[in-house]
Amino acid sequence: MGILDFLKRKPEATATVARERLRIIVAQERSTRGAPDYLPMMRNELLEVIKKYVHVDLDAISINFERDSGHEILELSVTLPEGKQSAKSETKGEAKTG
Amino acid sequence: MTAEIIVVTSGKGGVGKTTTSASLATGLAMAGKKVAVIDFDVGLRNLDLIMGCERRVVYDFVNVVHGEATLKQALIKDKRHDNLFVLAASQTRDKDALTQEGVEKVLDGLSEDGFDYVVCDSPAGIEKGAHLAMYFADHAVVVVNPEVSSVRDSDRILGLLASKTRRAEKDESPVTQHLLLTRYNPARVAIGEMLSVKDVEEILGIEVVGVIPESENVLTASNNGIPVIVDATSQAGQAYSDTVARILGEERPLRFIDVPKKGFLQRVFGG
Repeated sequence: MGILDFLKRKPEATATVARERLRIIVAQERSTRGAPDYLPMMRNELLEVIKKYVHVDLDAISINFERDSGHEILELSVTLPEGKQSAKSETKGEAKTG
Repeated sequence: MTAEIIVVTSGKGGVGKTTTSASLATGLAMAGKKVAVIDFDVGLRNLDLIMGCERRVVYDFVNVVHGEATLKQALIKDKRHDNLFVLAASQTRDKDALTQEGVEKVLDGLSEDGFDYVVCDSPAGIEKGAHLAMYFADHAVVVVNPEVSSVRDSDRILGLLASKTRRAEKDESPVTQHLLLTRYNPARVAIGEMLSVKDVEEILGIEVVGVIPESENVLTASNNGIPVIVDATSQAGQAYSDTVARILGEERPLRFIDVPKKGFLQRVFGG
């Protein structure tokens, strides 16, 4: 660090920000990789149906797609709002491939 | 004897795919291999310019696929290396001009002609051209810049290489993946302005096969139509030579990834 460096404006260490943002988005995209293209649309339609009966928002539904040898597992989890008779209900559906 | 197929791909455009294809093909030829380098960017031909053979293109890749020219007629022999040939992309045809069967026929033809390596320069994106460039690959060089959108796109490409290639579909051993970090600026990495080699390796979960420093010699080389690897005095050229040696199985330490040590006057006065 030279004497004259004190006069220069110190740049922000933005590489750390880039690294953290990439870690999150890459992990998220990998988790949905290989899943069918209809998944996001199905998620929205399911939400519409559920909304008819319970008031939930988009974040309340999570869909997981896993591939085992020979068969695929579609896991759908809906978190119902506090105060209802069951706080959380889980539904599982399995679909065979091939 | 079948030729080894190497795809140079990235997802994002402008990261250095064509520069890398030209230097990789030239480097393999300099190592004594018989090499063909094919431009898959139909409609946006550019490899010919970087290789310096743009005025000698008579027939192109699509002509061969459609049987309008033989492979022998369409392959352009490199000025400097007798064992290096360029197959240019078509400028005028539509994107559907290439078919999987057509590409396979050309690659088989090159194997029959005794080529050791075929380097496939992929177009940007994940559309048909990019898919065809990677489909038959044995090796993939994924070119990435230390920049968020490039890193994200290359992760997508790594996923496609593991699922949408002939090796994946036929349950053969997977495509060998090589990550090549280009436009690297050690000075900016040192002050925390740019993702480091380690950052990129950790995010993507794969080691780099080479790091090419950002260098003015790359532009000079493309201005002149000479692949930068030919310039043995430039850091970028030397870094490409190291990369080719590593792809051929040699072990070499990474160079040009640290800031050069400053002299006494620089340390006192900065700069």
